[in-house]
Amino acid sequence: MPLPDKLEGLESAVARIPDGAVLLVGGFGVPGTPFTLLRELERQGQQQLTLIRNDANEPGTGIDRLLRSGQVRRLVTSHIGLNAHAIERMNEGSLDVEFCAQGILAERIRAGGAGIPAILTDVGLGTELAAGKTIVEVEGRPLVLEMALRADVALVHAATADPFGNLTYAATARNFNPPMAMAADRVVAETESLVALGDLSAENVETPGSFVDAVVLLSALTEDYGIVCR
Amino acid sequence: MNLGIGLPSKVAEFLPADFPVCLHTENGLTGLGPAVPLEEADRNLIDAGGAYVGTVAGAAFFDSVTSFSLVRSGRLDLSILGAFEVAANGDLANWKIPGKFSPGPGGAIELAQKAKKVCIVTTHTDRHGNPKLLRQCTLPRTGTACVARVYTDLAVIDVTPAGFLLRERAEGRTVEEIRAATGAPLQVAKGPLPVF
Repeated sequence: MPLPDKLEGLESAVARIPDGAVLLVGGFGVPGTPFTLLRELERQGQQQLTLIRNDANEPGTGIDRLLRSGQVRRLVTSHIGLNAHAIERMNEGSLDVEFCAQGILAERIRAGGAGIPAILTDVGLGTELAAGKTIVEVEGRPLVLEMALRADVALVHAATADPFGNLTYAATARNFNPPMAMAADRVVAETESLVALGDLSAENVETPGSFVDAVVLLSALTEDYGIVCR
Repeated sequence: MNLGIGLPSKVAEFLPADFPVCLHTENGLTGLGPAVPLEEADRNLIDAGGAYVGTVAGAAFFDSVTSFSLVRSGRLDLSILGAFEVAANGDLANWKIPGKFSPGPGGAIELAQKAKKVCIVTTHTDRHGNPKLLRQCTLPRTGTACVARVYTDLAVIDVTPAGFLLRERAEGRTVEEIRAATGAPLQVAKGPLPVF
């Protein structure tokens, strides 16, 4: 009983993303950002996208390229302080930004991947981030109802994958990738290296392949992935 | 202990090499080591501010869910954050200047609300000379009554039930100067004021 093979070409894996799609995009700064999938999305030109991503990358890289090409309608994020362009677009009203406390963003995605519709938290009570949200009283405590986040497609970046989609990650390139790889109807993982089935120790698999729909092997690591000289 | 983006992250440079502490960074690391020069950088190893860093023996990597589980469950003894404004009751504003610079909260909401102790490292005034220590925050808050102590270029100030309390002053700065640069009443600790 061999496990299914999910290897797919870059173009066809990204072509399944429709206009208007909601996308989870892995990464925190450069590490863990699926730059190649994002470049292909820019080339194919899908429109009216909603991106859920920790940050907005830095100007000219990652999701900022999609902001510049006008493909993004809405961004759900926690911090865009390293991208003056994204702040400018938000201030002028051409980009709809929803801010979310970083750990609550992660937990909403985790809930989405775990089949839980919403979470309750005291994080953000008394701040603007709780404004307009449902407050639920539990055992005498007010708590904010935060809805789970799921997407049509998740784009994640792995260090190593096998053809079934078992994934491992490098250092701080984990960040949002493992929870995002569980929280979309279709999960596309780009990977720096591909090993044969059985060559990843089952002990070391971080994302089980059952969550993953397509594995795209990177033919090269472009300069997007490299050290940023600021 | 967690060090915020900007000035707070510089605190690591002043820790003695044998000081027993575990530094956490939101993007998924405990056992954060010193910043490393670009030629020694690992492209997959940064702190939450994007600086290339190393690890110390015993370090661990984890995802953002685990990282904030650690924060929200009260495992952080100390969070050192930056500030746009600090109020005399300990309210903090550091994520949004409407229409101007709104970087977003990042991890600051949870760090401010859930660390056992929250200290601020900031300039005493903003770039226009306006006080950052105020009676009340004018900007959207990050946390409510969360700040215990503020370290500035002029002074060390505690937040007490009675408001701001001057604990230390910078060399060459008088209490009057510090008061003038502070936008709320400032009490002065009893006894000789330490100078730094």
